[in-house]
Amino acid sequence: MSQLKNKYKFKKTLFGMNIQDGLLFKMALYLMLIGIGFVYVYPLLYMLSVALQDLSDLLSPSVFYIPTKLYLDNIQTSFQVLNYIPTLLSSLSVTLIPAILQTLVASLIGYGFARFQFPFKKLWMSIVILTYIIPPQVVMIPRFVLFNDLGFIESILSIIVPATLGQGLYSAVFILIFYQFYKMIPKALDEAAQLDGASPIYIYFHIAVPLSLPSFVTSFLFSFVWYWNETYTSSLFLGSNFQTLQLKLLSFVSSYQDLFPGQAALIHEGVRMAATLLIILPMLIVYMVMQKLFIQGIDQSGLTGGEA
Amino acid sequence: MTHKRRQALYGYAFISIWLIGFILLTLIPMIRSLIFSLSDVTITGAEGIKTYPVGFNNFIEILTTDVNFIDALINYFSEMILYVPVILIISMLIAMMLNQNIKFRGLFRAIFFLPVIIVSGPVINELLNQGAGTVPLIEQYGMLEIIQDQLPPFLADPISSLLSEMIMVLWFSGVQIVLFLAGLQKLPTEVYEAAKVDGATPWETFWKITLPSLKNIMLVASIYTIVMLSTFSNNVILTRIRSMMFAADGGYGYASAMAWIYFVLIALLLIVSMLLISPPERIRKEKGVKRYVSIKK
Repeated sequence: MSQLKNKYKFKKTLFGMNIQDGLLFKMALYLMLIGIGFVYVYPLLYMLSVALQDLSDLLSPSVFYIPTKLYLDNIQTSFQVLNYIPTLLSSLSVTLIPAILQTLVASLIGYGFARFQFPFKKLWMSIVILTYIIPPQVVMIPRFVLFNDLGFIESILSIIVPATLGQGLYSAVFILIFYQFYKMIPKALDEAAQLDGASPIYIYFHIAVPLSLPSFVTSFLFSFVWYWNETYTSSLFLGSNFQTLQLKLLSFVSSYQDLFPGQAALIHEGVRMAATLLIILPMLIVYMVMQKLFIQGIDQSGLTGGEA
Repeated sequence: MTHKRRQALYGYAFISIWLIGFILLTLIPMIRSLIFSLSDVTITGAEGIKTYPVGFNNFIEILTTDVNFIDALINYFSEMILYVPVILIISMLIAMMLNQNIKFRGLFRAIFFLPVIIVSGPVINELLNQGAGTVPLIEQYGMLEIIQDQLPPFLADPISSLLSEMIMVLWFSGVQIVLFLAGLQKLPTEVYEAAKVDGATPWETFWKITLPSLKNIMLVASIYTIVMLSTFSNNVILTRIRSMMFAADGGYGYASAMAWIYFVLIALLLIVSMLLISPPERIRKEKGVKRYVSIKK
């Protein structure tokens, strides 16, 4: 009898009351998550491992992932080739400034749509959403012509001006995030302020903005990351004189030849992976510090529910 | 000033910056791009840009003679038709795994979201060039050869490119995973408990409860996926459009026409996927009647 009971107990822990709480299920779940997690970080591990290997390690069949010694020359070389610190600063200037401007402007626009009733509001709102779908290459050529006439090409203005006018990179997403948030603030709050004689502008700055700081953080972070990683239009508008880290990676081989003439054959995958590592390093640091904010941001954006 | 007029005034004041930007940097450029696509555009140093209307010549030329572009389009869209559902399914599966009662959920979620932060054209380029874009196992066991041998080419090509870029597919799923996970966590647990009491299997609850309630998120995620993939800087079509801007046999007109063809196809893809995920009212109504009856019982 007790044997049977034990057998039953064993079965219960193994398979659970229903499938989802059994031990086998849990083990399979963890195994799969770890497996998928490994696939996710594999390119990064590969990058790190190759970047730290010297030529003999790279060629040696017995060295797989762990280099035989700590070899930092690749990093040093690519640091030089990328002209790292100045390029990093210019990268930051063309990402931080538009990201900040885009966030501030998106907040104003989102507030306008969320708090006021005005004619054609529905029409404009649907156009905001539509602009998310209009691919950049459709407007890119005329914008290029326009910016060329205005002298914005090869200057940071070609990135800043669209961001300031709410037409930057994925601006619609940020307008939508603020719109969703401001719609949630109870109207009673600003009605009370209105009775006290506060103007809408005063109410925006003194009530809405302080309440919506989390949305500012989310929008800024995503804006920053997306601007950092965008190269298609920025390479066209900024031209070859304005070097950002991403664009420098694209032209890595020629920059290498400029710095070390006649030694192009010496660029091996170690150097290139070291360069790639240096490009993503700033973002990795940002992510390590603010990982929670990114994910909470999506949760709070209102894109995951509520809208039907 | 009446309340209504004040509202209108302030509303427009707040959105004015967007309105100006939209007209100057989106609406007018779109119209100009349409005009370019219907013209032969020449750039002279002194007079700037000159356009000569040529009707649909650019479009006809692209569709009848530009074999490379057409091939690239066909390849690209057959890949998209495969990638988008795969990304959606994988991210939903991962989200469902994370939604189980597990330890280290935050850590796993952080790992799956990480690529969103670092994914960019040049970085992906380097990784693919160095062979870090695929799982080593897929290559070691010759899976690609098996697929190429066994399947007809129109199936084998997209599938093998999917497998050889599997990591990239996963890397594009970060935002979607977080979206689905947030959606799953908002589902009320009472419904699941009730279903369990009624003897529903996990399989049934997935199809009858989980999937229908994730429909809106599925819609957002699919739009996001298509837009992200179609505007990613490595996109072969995009690079071709840009190189055609300054090519001798291209020009602004030709490149604009290419951009419009691409835009129309992407828009079609978006519409089709939206219709697939949430069919319009008329079709839904027939099912709706049945649902109503079953609730009443």
